[in-house]
Amino acid sequence: MSAGKFSVIGQSLPKIDAWAKVTGETRFADDLVLPRMAYAKLLRSPHAHALIKRIDTAQARALPGVYAVITGHDLPRVKFGILPVSQDEEALCVDKVRMVGDAVAAVAAVDEETAERAARLIDVEYEPLKPLMSIQESLANPEVRIHEYGDGPNIHKAVALQFGDVEAAFSGAHLVREDVFFFEGNTHLPMEQHAAVAHWGPDGKLTLWSSTQTPHYVHRLLGKILDVPQAHVRVVAAPVGGGFGGKLDPFAHEIAACKLSQLTGRPVKIALTREEVFYVHRGRHPVLMWIKTGFTRDGAITGMHFRSWLDGGAYGSYGVASTFYTGALQTVTYKIPVYKFEGARVFTNKPPCGPKRGHGTPQPRFAMECQIDKAAEQLGLDPADMRRRNLAEPFTKTANHLTVSTIGLGECIDRVVEASGWREKRGKLPPGRGMGIACSSYLTGAGTAIYWNDMPHSGVVVRADRSGLVAILCGATDIGQGSDSVLAYLVAEVLGIQPMDVRVHPADTDLTPVDLGSYSSRVTLMAGNAAIQATTRLRDRIFEAAARKLEVTPERLAARDRRVFVADEPEKGMTFAEAVTLGESMHGVLAFPGSYAPPKRAGKYKGGGVGPSPCYSYSACVVEVTVDAETGEVKPTEIWIAHDIGRSLNPLLVEGQVEGSIYMGLGEVLMEEQVFRKGVHKAPSMLEYKSPTTLETPEIHTILVETDDPEGPFGAKEAGQGPLLPVIPAVTNAVHDAVGVRIDETPISPEKILKALELGRQGKSPRVGPDKLPLFTFPEPRAVESAFGQPAENITERPFGK
Amino acid sequence: MMRLPEFSYLAPVSVGDAVKLMADHGPAAMFVAGGTDLYPNMKRRQFEPSVLIGLRGIRDMSGVRGSSKTGLTIGAGTSLTAVSSHPDVTGHYAGLATAAGLVSSPQLRNMGTLGGNVCVDTRCNYYNQSYEWRKAVNFCMKKDGDICLVAPGSSRCWAVSSSDTAPMLWSLGAQVKLAGPEGERRIPISALYQDDGIQYLSKQPGEVVTDIVLPPSEGWRSAYLKLRRRGSFDFPVLGVAVALRMDGDIVLEGAITLGAVASQPRPAPEAAALLVGQRLTPELIDAAAAAAFKPGKPLDNTDLTHPYRKKMIRVFVARALREIAGP
Amino acid sequence: MKTQLTLTVNGEARDVVAAVHKTLLEVLREDLGLTGTKHGCELGECGTCTVLVDGEPVLSCLALPVELVGREIKTVEGMADGRRLHPLQQAFAELGAAQCGYCTPGILLTAEALLEDNPTPSRDEVRVALAGNLCRCTGYTKILDAVELAALRMKGARA
Repeated sequence: MSAGKFSVIGQSLPKIDAWAKVTGETRFADDLVLPRMAYAKLLRSPHAHALIKRIDTAQARALPGVYAVITGHDLPRVKFGILPVSQDEEALCVDKVRMVGDAVAAVAAVDEETAERAARLIDVEYEPLKPLMSIQESLANPEVRIHEYGDGPNIHKAVALQFGDVEAAFSGAHLVREDVFFFEGNTHLPMEQHAAVAHWGPDGKLTLWSSTQTPHYVHRLLGKILDVPQAHVRVVAAPVGGGFGGKLDPFAHEIAACKLSQLTGRPVKIALTREEVFYVHRGRHPVLMWIKTGFTRDGAITGMHFRSWLDGGAYGSYGVASTFYTGALQTVTYKIPVYKFEGARVFTNKPPCGPKRGHGTPQPRFAMECQIDKAAEQLGLDPADMRRRNLAEPFTKTANHLTVSTIGLGECIDRVVEASGWREKRGKLPPGRGMGIACSSYLTGAGTAIYWNDMPHSGVVVRADRSGLVAILCGATDIGQGSDSVLAYLVAEVLGIQPMDVRVHPADTDLTPVDLGSYSSRVTLMAGNAAIQATTRLRDRIFEAAARKLEVTPERLAARDRRVFVADEPEKGMTFAEAVTLGESMHGVLAFPGSYAPPKRAGKYKGGGVGPSPCYSYSACVVEVTVDAETGEVKPTEIWIAHDIGRSLNPLLVEGQVEGSIYMGLGEVLMEEQVFRKGVHKAPSMLEYKSPTTLETPEIHTILVETDDPEGPFGAKEAGQGPLLPVIPAVTNAVHDAVGVRIDETPISPEKILKALELGRQGKSPRVGPDKLPLFTFPEPRAVESAFGQPAENITERPFGK
Repeated sequence: MMRLPEFSYLAPVSVGDAVKLMADHGPAAMFVAGGTDLYPNMKRRQFEPSVLIGLRGIRDMSGVRGSSKTGLTIGAGTSLTAVSSHPDVTGHYAGLATAAGLVSSPQLRNMGTLGGNVCVDTRCNYYNQSYEWRKAVNFCMKKDGDICLVAPGSSRCWAVSSSDTAPMLWSLGAQVKLAGPEGERRIPISALYQDDGIQYLSKQPGEVVTDIVLPPSEGWRSAYLKLRRRGSFDFPVLGVAVALRMDGDIVLEGAITLGAVASQPRPAPEAAALLVGQRLTPELIDAAAAAAFKPGKPLDNTDLTHPYRKKMIRVFVARALREIAGP
Repeated sequence: MKTQLTLTVNGEARDVVAAVHKTLLEVLREDLGLTGTKHGCELGECGTCTVLVDGEPVLSCLALPVELVGREIKTVEGMADGRRLHPLQQAFAELGAAQCGYCTPGILLTAEALLEDNPTPSRDEVRVALAGNLCRCTGYTKILDAVELAALRMKGARA
């Protein structure tokens, strides 16, 4: 760490909002109350797939206390969706429902109970259609169409890309493995259920407060579908009580609340129940995967062919991006000279899948890391050594044209191997105990926006005045990860003040410059770099004024300890507030913008926009488990993870992100699953959707590795998602080490382990996992030359990087 | 937010008053103690009583009386936390302390009562769902519908007895005291239940469980093991309750009762009979576990698969017996 | 049917006129404006809405105010002593134990009851005490750390 060099960066400081959170003062969306507020409730479809023949709202309207009832006919008939290529959603379905939970009507009433009672009085006549509940069913029934668009009947998206000659790579390999894996779907389960308050004032202006990770996209959408100029809409993101990607789409309840507010002339609150949150979903796609990889005798990867089939659910959501993501990052973690990817996302009559922490990459990471483990065993190599042999080269391009800057994976592997006692323990533990390793890499911010534009991805305004106040205005949303705090740390560091001297005003589309949102691990890097630019501009003006007073050149000044002073004559200086006053006197209002757009490095092929990032984080993880061979129960006993964070702006926050990622990965590998039966979600509750408690969560040892990336603010990379990725295969590989079974599908439930053990006893392969692949012809692959090993271009050296 | 339906609330201070109020209000009324089972069910509209008769204010219904020598009487309104930590229970009826201490979460055990857990509604993952969810599958016979969704050809409901304490109390030979309009009666806990997911209790609707009476503990050892996904919150998807009266290392008598495999606790008398007069050798334990395996017939209406739950009966019975046998 | 009750909340007598079927959670949030108490399921399945009644953690989503007359109800708003935060609040803030902060009030109160009962719990005892409070952000690690730190400080303050 560089504690001496910086006064704020690198310190384990509390978050700036910590005090509000521990006293209950933080006001989440459902805590907001406005005068005359009405309460809304949605009526949702009980059918997985049906035509709407008739909706009769008369009884609901007649119920005392009901202010308004709306159906899709009351909204402009414009379909929407987060991605421009998938405009397939309606806030309230008009002709057809595509899943249990699709909204068909909304009520505003004097209180929530009345609204709920009224919703039950709405009479909807449906004509049921055949529900398609799996990839196989959707492909087998092309005559039943969930949507009329896409790359084929019930095919939302089919893609094929080839970077070099994989067949040649396989024929030259010592070992070629083909494996099939299945990753079950699961959901975000934020503790806070989504809520929103809409107020459409008599002046025609609309304000929406919502638990959203992306106020900007909600803002864009409301303007599009509510017949109101976007300039008259204001979206404020309330503090988000857990997001993980689940609050990243514009939702029916937000739109309905706005419309109901317009009709009733009252503020309208809507708060989802836990069950509704399961229908809103946008969580982890179930993905079936086939992976073929060639290896040399000493374990180097010669080439890879990867296929994925995604069960997308009823709507597009981020699904096109998800599809590409299942193929994008394999090449970033390890050296893969040639690579072919084919992927298809299939519509089914289930809640739509979308971006959950790690968006589209935990599934292929599971497949690839388990396959490497199998290959290591076959080749007689230590799994950690084999991974080390395949480290990608920093500052090069991958086969699929992604530009990679710093890579700390080698050090990560070494550190977890050492900390966990891997060399001493693995293979030597008593029966029923085992260790597994896996690695990963992840984006630090998506390199392209969701909609095509040349504008900044992040904007920040930093303002200071004679009071000594420093305020940061930024459109980014704090979802608990601490992004508001990170901005305060960066600004405080540059100005030589303390984070508590800074106020952060986030996520209000009236007040704050646009930031695309809290997703793809982008805020620290993108809003951070924008904040540094804005703050540097502010500091330059303050220094200019202070320098005149001190009769030195501005270049000689430094800012630290709430002072502005001559760097080599520290006693010569003034307080920060005095310097600001001089600056305001000289320059007028001190408010400066900063903008950030990532380097344009997308590969010149269709789909090349998914995967590029300014830089990538790396993680290596070792898990120790005990497996009860009689019950099949798996207990992770200890976890070591080393994470290449670039630079740790605040170790406490980084550790928190790493620990939370580990936790979520453990849930996904051991017990969480979003599954359906008879067309409905099997267990849409906190009780039956199994989220690990304190008792299932082992001790986690986090090691932070710093590589000081040129692209990141002060060299920082991401921490919020990457560390989830290796946990899942590390646990699976540890289970193999413990009892010799391969569970090639998540979650690795006790019954699957018993089944594999039983197969082993019968002399069969001790494996449980999928063995059939869908009958599906991918499109002809787009052949693109492999860019593997080419030097990186267009690397930005940012100020304060070194 | 999930909210309760409307009701009026009556708070009697004596058992007699409670019984009288119930007689006055009839089927529209329900008793409620801790509320941890009933209120979630009401929020899901599985029950919509117009009158609730709260038992919390009845002082006589809570607390532990007597001793392990003469037998312990536990008021039905005693919280699960209190039961699980009472020295006479932990010291002499260890299996019951374990079972009570494994119910749901610490907070819920502070609120939930022993009587409530004994009478806890049977569960089924087609039934413990919101009104809207149940409507989406056309309801089931336990509430608002006609058929059993687990076994559509069946004329009965297969919801699962999900009490942790009931199988343990059954193995311990506990009795329950009931108070009703006809007065008080005392029955073996085994007689409180019947194998039907809807009418799982044999007590009359106007009767309330007031006490659980445990026999003297002399010579008895007990153990309870619970299968579930997580160490907290989850209901049992298998419970194994074993109580053995021992003379040294010889089993004099005993009982093995399975929870969460039927609509009532399911005894395994053949397995228990194998143990009588014997030492708990590894071979005997295996034989008893194999015998106990037979009566359990779980269906696919809880967490984890039913073949797995069935398989675990053998493992858990053996482990419970080993726990009693000691090292 | 509405009823008038006097509840003791955070040491203050509060008069409430509310429907009998409103839970303590609803009355705290909607009638008394104490929105520090959060909710995650309203069915007793997550622990988010935990408050203390006579010092014991209970689920406010399953408690009826009518049953709580004369009992001491404590919410997160009642933890600090004036401007002085409870040592648990202080430790949670300092150690990053609150990420999104939504489960935090319930966990703080559960931990307060634990430390009242057992001022020097082992890490596993903290785990067991908090097993009824789900958190999706932290992996519990920093929460356990913070409870341990608060326990140490409280012990130091008593010594």
